[in-house]
Amino acid sequence: MVTGQFVRKLGTAATAALALVPSSLFAQEIGKGHPEPGQFHLQQSVTPIMDSIVAFHDGPLMWTITIIVLFVLALLIAVAVRFNAKANPVPARFTHNTLIEVIWTVVPIIVLIVIAIPSFGVLSDQMTTPDGERKYLGANIFTFGEVEVPAASLTIKATGQQWYWDYEYVDYSNFVPDAPADQPLGFTQNIMQEEDVPGVNGGAPTPGRKSAKPNQPRLLAVDNELIVPVDTTVSMQITADAAGVIHAFAVPSFGIKVDAVPGRLNETWFNARETGLYYGQCSELCGKDHAFMPIAVRVVTADEFQTFISAYAEGRDYAAAAALLPAIQ
Amino acid sequence: MSETHLEAHATGHDYASQHDHHTPTGWRRWVFSTNHKDIGIMYLVFSIVAGVIGGILSGFMRMELQEPGIQIFHGLASMVYGVQGDSAVDAGKQMYNVFTTAHALIMVFFTVMPATMGGFANYFAPLMIGAPDTAFPRINNIAFWLLPVAFILLLMSLFFEGAGGVGGFGGGWTVYPPLSTAGHPGPALDFAILSLHVAGVSSILGAINLITTILNMRAPGMTIHKMPLFAWAVLTTGFLLLLALPVLAGAITMLLTDRNFGTTFFSPEGGGDPVLFQHLFWFFGHPEVYIMILPGFGIISHIVATFSRKPVFGYMAMAYAMVAIGFVGFVVWAHHMYTTGLSLNVQRYFVAATMVIAVPTGVKIFSWIATMWGGSITFRIPMLWAIGFIFLFTVGGVTGVVLANAGADRALHDTYYVVAHFHYVLSLGAVFSIFAGWYYWYPKMFGHMYSEFLGKLHFWVMFVGVNLIFFPQHFLGLAGMPRRYIDYPDAFALWNRVSSIGYYITFVAMVIFFYATWEAVRKKRPAGDNPWGEGATTLEWTLSSPPPFHQFSTLPKIESTNAH
Repeated sequence: MVTGQFVRKLGTAATAALALVPSSLFAQEIGKGHPEPGQFHLQQSVTPIMDSIVAFHDGPLMWTITIIVLFVLALLIAVAVRFNAKANPVPARFTHNTLIEVIWTVVPIIVLIVIAIPSFGVLSDQMTTPDGERKYLGANIFTFGEVEVPAASLTIKATGQQWYWDYEYVDYSNFVPDAPADQPLGFTQNIMQEEDVPGVNGGAPTPGRKSAKPNQPRLLAVDNELIVPVDTTVSMQITADAAGVIHAFAVPSFGIKVDAVPGRLNETWFNARETGLYYGQCSELCGKDHAFMPIAVRVVTADEFQTFISAYAEGRDYAAAAALLPAIQ
Repeated sequence: MSETHLEAHATGHDYASQHDHHTPTGWRRWVFSTNHKDIGIMYLVFSIVAGVIGGILSGFMRMELQEPGIQIFHGLASMVYGVQGDSAVDAGKQMYNVFTTAHALIMVFFTVMPATMGGFANYFAPLMIGAPDTAFPRINNIAFWLLPVAFILLLMSLFFEGAGGVGGFGGGWTVYPPLSTAGHPGPALDFAILSLHVAGVSSILGAINLITTILNMRAPGMTIHKMPLFAWAVLTTGFLLLLALPVLAGAITMLLTDRNFGTTFFSPEGGGDPVLFQHLFWFFGHPEVYIMILPGFGIISHIVATFSRKPVFGYMAMAYAMVAIGFVGFVVWAHHMYTTGLSLNVQRYFVAATMVIAVPTGVKIFSWIATMWGGSITFRIPMLWAIGFIFLFTVGGVTGVVLANAGADRALHDTYYVVAHFHYVLSLGAVFSIFAGWYYWYPKMFGHMYSEFLGKLHFWVMFVGVNLIFFPQHFLGLAGMPRRYIDYPDAFALWNRVSSIGYYITFVAMVIFFYATWEAVRKKRPAGDNPWGEGATTLEWTLSSPPPFHQFSTLPKIESTNAH
């Protein structure tokens, strides 16, 4: 028990120490949910999964690769200085040194094992949907897992289309016994056009991003955000139109990326701890508008979500239900 | 420890004597050529032509991405297709995808592979092992001439409709279905598939020829463990080609029948699975990246040893590291597919297997440095490219270790981080090794010397240029910019601009390269049989420059030395 705690503390301390230098080295103000101009860092995390990805990347991975590159560079500079023809006119003739060959085989193996330990942990977390019991690593990737994540309590199905996303609140869809078809509760998410689009046959114009959502980024803003509650484990089912092509559903701040494959139902999950608007983009080449089918997830408070989903399930009108939420800044 | 080092000067007498074979002249010498050296030169010229076209395509992409918004492709589309307004924008988007696809296919199949396994392997593997020619000179001829046919098919595909009224296939060099089946109804991809089939036949024939040559035609006394590392690299690569390309051929044949004959290997409505194609493709695709880099490993070993005036360090480890990389390269393919829905255990296996490759790769990097250690190094132009290669390949290698971890790859898959990674190992790795080989063997192939100043200028301008293109792309990938995007959120503007500036600098470097070559041809400074001095110990340096039309009519005898 005591040893277990000690190991855990040691792990936490090791993680903290490892993560400390690179992140302070690359300290940069990173906006939440979207990339910032000139950013050279992973996007800010709001889920335990992305916490572990950031800790793993900025910690052991960045350390290892930086040291290796600098070490090779130093060796190259050293040979250039010490063993150029002027400094060393007579070349040595040795071609073997068993000790050094063993060292440069064994040391990389040890380094890889040290990387592999957190790597397997981070991967296992991503691939295991929470059941309420399992502990997750979060930012402390050298521990056995300390972060509690509740079991999934909301299921959302995302379907990649050419070139937009369809969403369905699976738990709130009506499964009508003996009816010819279920009534899914879902909506379509399209990119916001920049300018207002004139209505067809004198109809009302569709507002563009510049007039309707001027503070949201170009190419990331969508008409209908996917609305989910904060601090809730959301189970995502990802697929693509059966007659369509492959897409990939990705939200960098959540640390998720899953291919949407026709004929397959892939799974992932997230649990966002902060309200806000989180953007992603299609991440598998899907044709001409591949760059123009963004993903936007709006994380709201539990109360706000209840208000929204009750109204939506009742009236089956996304726009009307979403209008009950506070306006996005 | 076996005697691994060749003392070429031990083979004193004249192997270069030309007998009274009639030497074909004019166009017959080239078109009907069964001469490994002439065929090698043709491969190199072909590779340069294809490389220029592939490089120009990427120039359009970098110009497009220089600023947020769509800059040039809607204009290109209206020039080519005469469409205006929104239709031009739509056509431009598809055209951009066609350009990325064509850039990749041209660079992989028609630039890098013809340069290394076509040009240098054909020209120098027989010379290095003391063979008069390759084992199957006529197969060598057909292997080469299939390549222009394949290239013409690929270029033709650009002028047949792919999707949305736009010519060419725009689904990426990975040709994933359903985008390559239902997504591109026009005949463009059928031409590209045929092109890949023909190029594949060419490569398989070339591989058979080189494997047979190296296994059977080594000079007396040259045991397999005494043969130069470039021959080892070519032998290993030959087996990779032989085992990997038939899988690609099978996959794209299934794609062809899915497209045209109603089969459903890859479409779920008939019980097929799109992911099956990805497995088949990457079973070929991953060995393919080693096919592109292994010959470069061999070239770099010789250059490092030559200009350090010191034998290669750890010859056996160097040779078997290449064999190990080639072998393990066949069992890591699904690390390209971490996001497709592979189970946890499958991902764990591919993480572990992929990381193993870092070990033999590390052995190679450290052995090159150990070769230099204690040497007497002259920084001639080939050596600059070789040292540049070692450093840049290290950078590309370590980002490969990052991507090998499925957990980290989740954030980086299909982003510009991947683009940066594979351009560091290929565009800065394989291409640097090709330039290293070019500058190393140029005096041997053509008998005259290039300007030292222009060669150095080319190296430094290119070094700055390509790093400026690809290093900032790591930042874009970390920040989340997906690849194969014609337009991006404004936050990505800065690093994209830097990357585009890097392209222009690289373009200048290529102009310098062509000028340097033109200047060398014009000035014709005699190179001598061995311009590199005592460090250059392989057999090609015992011949005249250029070597006679037929060499080694009396086979050289390789005597063991105790050079280590």
